[in-house]
Amino acid sequence: MEKFIRHSGVGVPLRRSNVDTDQIIPAVYLKRVTRTGFEDGLFAAWRGDETFVLNNPAFASGSVLVAGPDFGTGSSREHAVWALKDYGFKAVLSSRFADIFRGNSGKQGLLTGQLSQDDIELIWKALENAPGTEVTVDLDQRVVTCGEIVAPMQVDDYTRWRLMEGLDDIGLTLRHTDAIDDFETARPSHKPRTLV
Amino acid sequence: MGQTLAEKVWDAHVVRRAEGEPDLLYIDLHLVHEVTSPQAFDGLRLAGRPVRRPDLTLATEDHNTPTLDIDKPIADLTSRTQIETLRRNCAEFGVRIHSLGDVEQGIVHVVGPQLGLTQPGLTVVCGDSHTSTHGAFGALAFGIGTSEVEHVLATQTLPLRPFKTMAINVEGTLSPGVTAKDIILAVIAKIGTGGGQGYVLEYRGEAIRALSMEARMTICNMSIEAGARAGMIAPDETTFAYIDGRPHAPKGKEWDAALEYWRTLYTDDDAEFDVEVSIDADALEPFVTWGTNPGQGLPLSASVPDPESFADESDKAAARRALEYMALEAGTPLRDIAVDTVFIGSCTNGRIEDLRAAAAVVKGRKKADTVRVLVVPGSAKVRLQAEQEGLDKVFTEFGAEWRHAGCSMCLGMNPDQLAPGERSASTSNRNFEGRQGKGGRTHLVSPLVAAATGVRGTLSSPADLEPVG
Repeated sequence: MEKFIRHSGVGVPLRRSNVDTDQIIPAVYLKRVTRTGFEDGLFAAWRGDETFVLNNPAFASGSVLVAGPDFGTGSSREHAVWALKDYGFKAVLSSRFADIFRGNSGKQGLLTGQLSQDDIELIWKALENAPGTEVTVDLDQRVVTCGEIVAPMQVDDYTRWRLMEGLDDIGLTLRHTDAIDDFETARPSHKPRTLV
Repeated sequence: MGQTLAEKVWDAHVVRRAEGEPDLLYIDLHLVHEVTSPQAFDGLRLAGRPVRRPDLTLATEDHNTPTLDIDKPIADLTSRTQIETLRRNCAEFGVRIHSLGDVEQGIVHVVGPQLGLTQPGLTVVCGDSHTSTHGAFGALAFGIGTSEVEHVLATQTLPLRPFKTMAINVEGTLSPGVTAKDIILAVIAKIGTGGGQGYVLEYRGEAIRALSMEARMTICNMSIEAGARAGMIAPDETTFAYIDGRPHAPKGKEWDAALEYWRTLYTDDDAEFDVEVSIDADALEPFVTWGTNPGQGLPLSASVPDPESFADESDKAAARRALEYMALEAGTPLRDIAVDTVFIGSCTNGRIEDLRAAAAVVKGRKKADTVRVLVVPGSAKVRLQAEQEGLDKVFTEFGAEWRHAGCSMCLGMNPDQLAPGERSASTSNRNFEGRQGKGGRTHLVSPLVAAATGVRGTLSSPADLEPVG
């Protein structure tokens, strides 16, 4: 996994709350068996609307998505994270994320930074007043800057460490194989098995 | 201080705990389907890793499978590729799979309980957010992403941060015509689609205790629609009776040992929840959604709300957008909304009791000419059971289409979809924009409301119907 320490890129104001993963990528794009190439499905239903923010050329090359509250609700599809990453997004900022989406993002190196809704509103205004403005997301300092705006960003310590080190979860867990072996030895025999 | 049910199950599965790190939790049962697993198996292959516990893993085909002509090759090539990839992966890694045409095939969340694999006190995961369904047995069950699927395949564990706990107390007695679906839609409308984020919900109280296992599954199934990853109900005699005798239920001495453990799985009297919410079952009515998220619901007797009536600016904006998408006018009585399609099925309401309830409403009636009615059993076994009871005849005489098992019209991945602009009354779980097909408009309802809507052609409850003459 690529390390994430600091990133600057065009900020994209997505003034919508409750953006569920069906909107991030509709189910019809989930039929692929590959792990890349999902960018065409990103916000597919909305991209047909010429007023949609990513259809504005100034925002099209965006890499920091600034979204409304409850981003990533609904289906557990990790394709939502792949689609955002494949499009070129490095970070999503919101005042509240759905749990599964946030977990999936951390595993793929997509930063989900939590900001206050007041700061989100300020950044939205700044980006809408000057489309193409860059946003800097500093994971090391846990700060987001956009022009004059300096906003504290919440990311938990463990996720921050893993992202900054670019560490893979499975590799980390396999360091503790002995503990897993011990746990399995003590498991009650009444627990079900799928193979008989 | 005592512990909540969720905390007891959590603590019994901690493989490793270290300061500043997530707990490493053991996973008892890993369910797999074709949509969220191909990239996970691919990851194992690339890293040269085996599946650690194929004997705790079960795969089924559901999201992409057609519900007609299941003996023919799947027409959609990408769907077919995804199904074939799952079959190949299961063969290569030694995972049991129930394929289309197999008697145990069906929606993953219907199949697990039906086989008796879902049991109290287990940790259950699946790359599917409706895994919360299995919490109805007092299991800690939650949806995961594909990276986590790979993680569980490789290690049978997951690193997880503890959840907070929320009690949903449902006291009182449900009125006739009011169901588990109405309870959960009312809960989501009350706490919001983000209200459960970071929590495990425990449904408690008299009205919950009175529910059958299948009704409890309907409630836990939609916990995710309130933002919660898991919902739980403490196991009781209803639970034990449901499991007893199923193919994977413990037998003999193992049953006794299991039962002894299961009886310890309840929230202690002196335990404290982080949050408590109360719902009055006596006051509940049939509930339907009017908007584009499952929290935008109201009693069927209400009218489409005026967006300006919401206090919160973002709720106002969301309501305005929802009414535009749904093509609804504020003030329209919900009962006046005409639908094109009625869908009865899904992991929320595709079990035998759901089909029995819907069949009892439509028996001896004819559907409205303006609607098509799709009845899709949640599993091949449910379909067979329904046919033994003659429910298929009741539905076909009503004018409904009787289909094979699968996720069907719950989501737009298989041939069963709404056309742009079409409107449905659906017993499924999500009314998101385009969920049932691009441009489709969804009203979430209970099986009883779905059936009555099929009769009248507008959103209705059985109480609105004339007696069969």
